[in-house]
Amino acid sequence: MRLAEAWRVAIDALRANRLRSVLTMLGVVIGVAAVVALVGIGTGTKGQIEQQVEGLGSNLLLVVPGRLEAGSAPAASTMDLDDVEAVARVVGDRDRVAATIASGETVRAGSRSAFASMQGVLENTPDVFVRKLDRGTYLSRTDVTTGRRVAVLGAGTATTLFGDRDPIGRQITIGGVRFRVIGTFERLGQSLGVDRDSEVHVPVTAAQRLLGTDRIDGLAIRAPDRERIGQLSTAVVKVLTDRHPDTDFSAVTQEQILGVLGDILGVLTGVLAAIAGISLLVGGVGVSNIMLVSVRERTKEIGLRKAVGARPRDIGVQFLLEAVLLTTIGGVLGMALGVTAALLVDRFSPVPAAVTWWSLALAFGVSAVVGIIFGVVPAQRAGRLDPVVALRTE
Amino acid sequence: MTAPAIVATDISRTYELDGVSVPALRGVSLTIEPTDYVAIVGTSGSGKSTLMHLLGGLDRPSGGTLLIGGRDVAGLGPAEMAKLRNETIGFVFQSFHLLARTTARDNVALPLVYRGVGRRERRARAAEMLERVGLAHRLDHRPNQMSGGEQQRVAIARALVTEPAVLLADEPTGNLDSATGQSVLALLESLNDDGVAVVLVTHDRDVAARARRRIVMKDGAIVPLAGEDA
Repeated sequence: MRLAEAWRVAIDALRANRLRSVLTMLGVVIGVAAVVALVGIGTGTKGQIEQQVEGLGSNLLLVVPGRLEAGSAPAASTMDLDDVEAVARVVGDRDRVAATIASGETVRAGSRSAFASMQGVLENTPDVFVRKLDRGTYLSRTDVTTGRRVAVLGAGTATTLFGDRDPIGRQITIGGVRFRVIGTFERLGQSLGVDRDSEVHVPVTAAQRLLGTDRIDGLAIRAPDRERIGQLSTAVVKVLTDRHPDTDFSAVTQEQILGVLGDILGVLTGVLAAIAGISLLVGGVGVSNIMLVSVRERTKEIGLRKAVGARPRDIGVQFLLEAVLLTTIGGVLGMALGVTAALLVDRFSPVPAAVTWWSLALAFGVSAVVGIIFGVVPAQRAGRLDPVVALRTE
Repeated sequence: MTAPAIVATDISRTYELDGVSVPALRGVSLTIEPTDYVAIVGTSGSGKSTLMHLLGGLDRPSGGTLLIGGRDVAGLGPAEMAKLRNETIGFVFQSFHLLARTTARDNVALPLVYRGVGRRERRARAAEMLERVGLAHRLDHRPNQMSGGEQQRVAIARALVTEPAVLLADEPTGNLDSATGQSVLALLESLNDDGVAVVLVTHDRDVAARARRRIVMKDGAIVPLAGEDA
C-alpha cells in the first residue's frame, strides 16, 4: 500500500471519531504545552539572574573570610582596614579595592522609618560595583578618612522615608545616630530575591564607630583584566593569610558565582522539564490506550482488509500513522499553547519566561516519538490479527 | 486445458484448544477448475467454514498439500499469503463486510489499494465493476444508503475488481430475502459463465441445488455423493 493512501485512511479514521480524537490529543497537547512553558520559565529565570550577576560588574573578585563550601557557616571576620591597605598594595591600585561592613539597621526620617542594609564602604564603591547615582553626590575620600556622618540612600529606602520630596541635605538617623543624606542611587530592582534598593551607604569608618568595631566583613576587587583574576586571587589570599595565619580566606570570581547559579538553575529547569515530561508520558499512554480500543473496535475491518490483500505491515503502518498523527497534531497545538502561556507569564507576572527553539524542537520531537512508541504495540497487535478470527468477530 | 485454480490433497486442519487437539478437517481432497461452480454444503460444525478459509488462503492446513493458483501455501508467510489472496481469490461474505462511511466506489477499489494501483485507475476500475453488477447509479452511495441486495452486489464487485481466478462466497444470500437472494445467485451464475470459478458455501439446499457441482461436508470430511443426484 502506498504511504499517501495510508495517510488518507488514518485521517479518515481520526475524523470518524472526532470527539475521541480530540480528547486523546488533549493529553499530548497539555504535555507538550507544559514542557514548552515550564522550560521557558526555567530558561527565562536563569537568563534574568545571570544578567543581574553580570550587572555586578565584570572582572570582580570577592574576598571573604572562611571557606566557601556548601554547609559551612559564615566565619566571623578578622579583617580590618589595614588589610585593605595591604591588599591595595598587592593590586597596585587603591581605587580597585572596595571594603564593606554591613548591618541591618532601622533608618528614620521624622516620623517615618525603614529597615535597610547599612553598608559601611569606601569612596570607590560605585566604581568597583558599578552603581549609578540618581541625585546628589557619593561619599568622598575625606568623608571616609574623617568618618563623617553622611549617607547615600537606595531608591527604595529614599522613597519610603521621603516620598516624593528631595532627600538631599535632610537628616536621618541610623541606629539612633544622626546622618545627613548627600545622594540617592538609581533604582536596581530585585536580585535573587533580595531587594537591592533598600540600602544605605555610609563611610566605613562611621559604620565601624556606630557598630563599635574596627573590623570589616569583606573585600571586593575589580581586576584590571580578566586574565589576571586568577593570579590576583592567589596573591590576595596569600597576603591575607600571612597577616591572619589562623584564618582561611576565600576569593570567588563572578564567573564562579555564575557557574554555581547556572548549575542550580539548570537542575531546576531540568526538574521542571521532567515534571512536564511525565504529563507528556501520560498523554502518550492515553494515545496507546485509545489505539488499542480502536484496534479492537475495528477488528472486522482489519479482517476484511487482510482478506482482500492487506499485509500485516500495511495494517500496522495504518494504525501507527494514526497514533503519530494524533500526537504530532497534538504536539503542534501544544507548542502553540505552551508559547502562548510562556508569553503571557512573561508579560503579566513577575516571573520571566523565554521560549527557546530547542525546547520547541524537543517537545515536538518527543511527541512524535511518543506517538511511535505508544502506537507500535497497538499497531503490531492489529497487524498480527488472524484474518479468520478477525472476520468472525461481531 | 488450463491448470486447476485450487488443488487440495488430503488436507487437514486441527485447532489447539486449551492444549486439546480438535480436528476440524480430516483429509479432504478437492480440485477447483477455472470454470467450476461448486457448492459446499453441510451443517454448522461440519467443517465447511474451515475448508473455505483454507481454500481462500486465510488459513493454512495442518497437514496435506494445498495449491492455490499453482502455489503451495505451506511455505508462505503472512505477507505472501496476503498477496496470494489479493491476486487469486475474491471473497463474498454473508454480512457483506463493507467499510461503513466509505462510498461504494471506494469499497470496491479497496483490494486495488493493496495491489499498489494508482487512485485514478482504481476509481475507474471500481466504477466499471459496479456497472457490471448493475450499480452504476450507486457509485457515491455509502453502505447505509443501500439495500441489502445492493450491498451484496457492491461486495461482489469488490471481489471481482482484482480479476480473481476463484470467487469464494460464504452464505452470500444468508442475510437477504429470497427474491434478492435469487438475483444475487443469478449474478454469480452469470459471472461463472464469464469464466470465474465460483465456490459457494451454504447450508441452504435450494441455493446448493443451483450449483453445477455439490460437495457435502460432515464431521470434517467430504461425504461421498452416492445417493444424490450427482
